[in-house]
Amino acid sequence: MKFRDEYRDSSAARRFADAIARTVTRPWTLMEVCGGQTHAIVRYGIDELLPSGLTLVHGPGCPVCVTPAEYVDKAIEIALRPDVILCSFGDMLRVPGSQGDLLAAKSQGAQVRIVYSPLDALDVARRHPDREVVFFAVGFETTAPANAMACYRARQEALRNFSMLACHVLVPPAMRTLLDAPSRRIDGFLAAGHVCTIMGYREYEPISAEYRVPIVVTGFEPLDILEGVLLCVKQLEAGRAGVENQYSRAVRPEGNRHAQNLIAEVFRIVPRRWRGIGDIAGSGLALAESYNDYDAERRFGCVRTQSERISECISGLVLRGERKPPDCPAFGTRCTPEHPLGVTMVSTEGACAAYHRFRGATVCKGAAR
Amino acid sequence: MCLAVPGKILSVAGDDPLSRVGRVDFGGVLRQINLAFTPEADVGDYVLVHVGFAISVIDAGQAARVFEQLRELGDLDEAPR
Repeated sequence: MKFRDEYRDSSAARRFADAIARTVTRPWTLMEVCGGQTHAIVRYGIDELLPSGLTLVHGPGCPVCVTPAEYVDKAIEIALRPDVILCSFGDMLRVPGSQGDLLAAKSQGAQVRIVYSPLDALDVARRHPDREVVFFAVGFETTAPANAMACYRARQEALRNFSMLACHVLVPPAMRTLLDAPSRRIDGFLAAGHVCTIMGYREYEPISAEYRVPIVVTGFEPLDILEGVLLCVKQLEAGRAGVENQYSRAVRPEGNRHAQNLIAEVFRIVPRRWRGIGDIAGSGLALAESYNDYDAERRFGCVRTQSERISECISGLVLRGERKPPDCPAFGTRCTPEHPLGVTMVSTEGACAAYHRFRGATVCKGAAR
Repeated sequence: MCLAVPGKILSVAGDDPLSRVGRVDFGGVLRQINLAFTPEADVGDYVLVHVGFAISVIDAGQAARVFEQLRELGDLDEAPR
């Protein structure tokens, strides 16, 4: 496939890795904030190509993983209503709420349908005018325009039986929270390329300047990630901290204005709780007041909120980049993709699932730097 | 979840900017893709597609930049120290 396969060339990857090794003179820790990049790093063994002392830690880059249990509970509560069809991206079905997950609700008779696009949920609403069709809208900035479009079109068509349970999250406020942590050990960021495709990267400039961290907008293929790492360590070694764009084939500085305009029309910025991290001001998107009629929380009056279950799962530390999956005593034994204890093992883009799939359950403890 | 896949636009249909769709080829798999966020996208362009929407037109010139960087690294390797 053009614009993909050529970025997976192993000899080119080796040359980037050699250049990184020549550049690095001190230990550095870089964080990526995108589940897709985490997946690629573990799948292709990119971390194993890097010199010792250069550590890649995996941040809260998976929107499925950071969706708080209370929203899964709300989705389940709505889905169990006899008049409702709940549409969701497939990744959300096994994410645990405080009592169970959507898959269990489905087995209890709830109408839960997996959709590929939010527009598919609109089609379900058009085909079932006698049912309430609710779309469970999660995601980063990348997915927000598509979900916004579903709501915009529903209002345009006066599709009264469609509503949205919106639990969107925004990446830059979470990066600030991680940088503010006293235990911070992040020297630089690889910023998520597709988030920046939508938002551009101007909003990273004040973060980079304030915290003196290099931020490199990075793509998803092995060569992208290796070049992103090279650009980041070049800045660190030179004592510089700025924003650079490795993923220029897809990301413009100002992002996608058409998509941003629709986000601004349909959503408003709200505080949001991130699973494993806590409350972060200004880090979520909820429906704008002018879309109140399409807000599933209002339509169905969801009130139930319960605290998360306590278990030995360390996914909170994994999401903050403070631990790696093999550091968890339950990894690969009491916690597997078939019987997950936490979200980072549930979601295919979660760091624990990626390590389990590509490194195996028996990955040597401590071997993953 | 932010996965986006590059594909080539084979044809474009519809005049309404919100529901303009392209037939997009992903290495032999064809899908109808909403082009509302990429009004500049045209037949022959490669677009990045996420949950049924094109979110960016790939800049072929910029796409070659990674390999130019690699060539520069190669020259560096061969340069006398």
